[in-house]
Amino acid sequence: MEDLNFQHQVRARASGTRRSAVVGVVASGNLEVLVERALPDAQCVVDIRTAAMGFGEIWSAVIGDFVERYSPGGLKFSINDGGARPDTVSLRLAQAVRLIAEDGQ
Amino acid sequence: MTLDEILVSLFPDGHEVRKDDGVVAGTATLRSGGRMLVIGVADRTALGVNEAIRLSEHVLESIDRGSGPILVLVDSDSQRMSKRDELLGLNEFLAHLAKVLIHADMNGRPTIGLLYGHSAAGALLATGLATRVLVGLPGAEPAVMDLPSMARVTKLSMEALEEKAKSTPVFAPGLSNLEQMGAVHMIWNDAAPLASQLEALLADMPAAHDRRDALGKQRGGRPKAADISERVRDLALQVR
Amino acid sequence: MTASLDDVARAQRARRTSFNEASARTRLELMLDAGSLVEFIGPEQREVSPHLRIFDLPEQFDDGIVVGHARLEGSPVFVAAQEGRFMGGAFGEVHGAKLTGLLRAAREIGSIPVLILFDTGGVRLQEANAGELAIAEIMRAVMEARTAGAKVIGLIGGRSGCYGGGGLIAGCCSALAVSEPGRIAVSGPEVIETNRGVEEFDSRDRALVWRTMGGKHRRLLGAADVFADDTVQDFREAALELIGLVGAFGPDRLKAEHERLAGRLRRFGTCKDAVDIWTAEGVADAETVPDLPADRFIALADRIGRTSRDAR
Repeated sequence: MEDLNFQHQVRARASGTRRSAVVGVVASGNLEVLVERALPDAQCVVDIRTAAMGFGEIWSAVIGDFVERYSPGGLKFSINDGGARPDTVSLRLAQAVRLIAEDGQ
Repeated sequence: MTLDEILVSLFPDGHEVRKDDGVVAGTATLRSGGRMLVIGVADRTALGVNEAIRLSEHVLESIDRGSGPILVLVDSDSQRMSKRDELLGLNEFLAHLAKVLIHADMNGRPTIGLLYGHSAAGALLATGLATRVLVGLPGAEPAVMDLPSMARVTKLSMEALEEKAKSTPVFAPGLSNLEQMGAVHMIWNDAAPLASQLEALLADMPAAHDRRDALGKQRGGRPKAADISERVRDLALQVR
Repeated sequence: MTASLDDVARAQRARRTSFNEASARTRLELMLDAGSLVEFIGPEQREVSPHLRIFDLPEQFDDGIVVGHARLEGSPVFVAAQEGRFMGGAFGEVHGAKLTGLLRAAREIGSIPVLILFDTGGVRLQEANAGELAIAEIMRAVMEARTAGAKVIGLIGGRSGCYGGGGLIAGCCSALAVSEPGRIAVSGPEVIETNRGVEEFDSRDRALVWRTMGGKHRRLLGAADVFADDTVQDFREAALELIGLVGAFGPDRLKAEHERLAGRLRRFGTCKDAVDIWTAEGVADAETVPDLPADRFIALADRIGRTSRDAR
């Protein structure tokens, strides 16, 4: 397993009131994303534990692109990865942001 | 110890326990004078639908007509792995045996398992692990999963698995591992008369409620189970 | 009235959603009254398996099971749903302890039913001893909860089926609903083949697997009381039906179960294949059973009329 961590300054706070949400499952080629509203509005943190070693640069690019597109301010993402492809990672991150943007608990 | 040696050592005042095609059943006289139902699986026999229905029949009959504690002797293979057994619903037959034992235990017929040989997987769940107190005898070789199968599934070498097994009791076969988990309550001394150890246990039976997770925590085998189950229980009781 | 509007939307989605393909969380979200689920020790608490790291394997924040409290048609229920895609839905220490705790609460309350959405290959190999013992504790807790008056309903239709110790827990439940892809057995096809040879069981013969272990066979045997079509809404309706049908547990049930199982052995003990059993049950053209659509199969199973009602 490999641990990765990315921290970004972002333009705007993510919308919605939900405190946390989880999407995906940990399986081969899949991943789970736990997202929590746990940071100051201008920050975004992504913690990753991945079964696929040595893909740090690809993760960095995928996360950078995601942060640029969604401006997920105030959100902490925790990822357990079973070796998902980059497009699957992007999809799950987008789903996580959409889910936590809902109103509710 | 062989089954005969165990029965003689447990019941010096006599017993009528017979073995038939690997299924053990009968009654025995306790030192204290009371009677005890004895059932079990011997000779490393696989536990299939036929064996399970016979064993549960003995327990059900005894619930109706007998009294006293119930002893479950275990030297079994795994569940019987066959098309016929699965076709007929082996899961229901094994569950039925476990349910009958649990029901007896909850209704004045305390159950003790005695693991003296091998056992594994579904057979262990339906017998020894369905009793209130599971005792091990030195030399017993329970194996929830055998290491070669585990090596195949985990794609790790036997050497690697054996190395990992030194640092944790959580996956490898063996009586002491199951003891650390809280599954095996105690290991008896096979050099001393089993009768006195049985009498001591009967005189001081733990309460019927399941404390195996707490035992596993005390013994360091299961660091989280007791706390997690307790927390979920408390949360669930709050929402009612 | 917003809640009922939410429920209309929920029911519409639940009717379109395959139970088999949905995740554990989606099954619960669409099966239970809209927005009613309160999860206990959710993923944000990160109570992961303490053992998977030994094997350098990825963890899941909920250890592959969701447990909680919810409402079904307005009435309270406890629910547990296994995620069959994480490690085959197998029982590990934390995974099992969550279900044990839920059942112990159900025992203390006595009146709230428990729904278990099984999706499991059995014991998690990497923590086999803890998983096996967790299953033993769950079986005991199911029987204690039932004895205290709680109904424990098993719903089986996931990708991993209900194998190994999961099959034994299912056997302890008050009643089961199963769909065609919901297989129930102790030994899996590959396990039988590995141990006994391909002549005993050819695990690649999928038709053989389905007709030996699949939902249709279990329903015809009376091992499951309700056959559900593979949608989340069908499982919701099955759960409601079973909660309504199940009576109190008592020793008479164990005796009736004994008669039921002994009778099965007498009647079908020499059958070589599921088709022989179905034929012996009076099903004409028994070999066509696997191809029957759900509605026609349900009509057939109801006509045969074998259930485990009051006998488990």
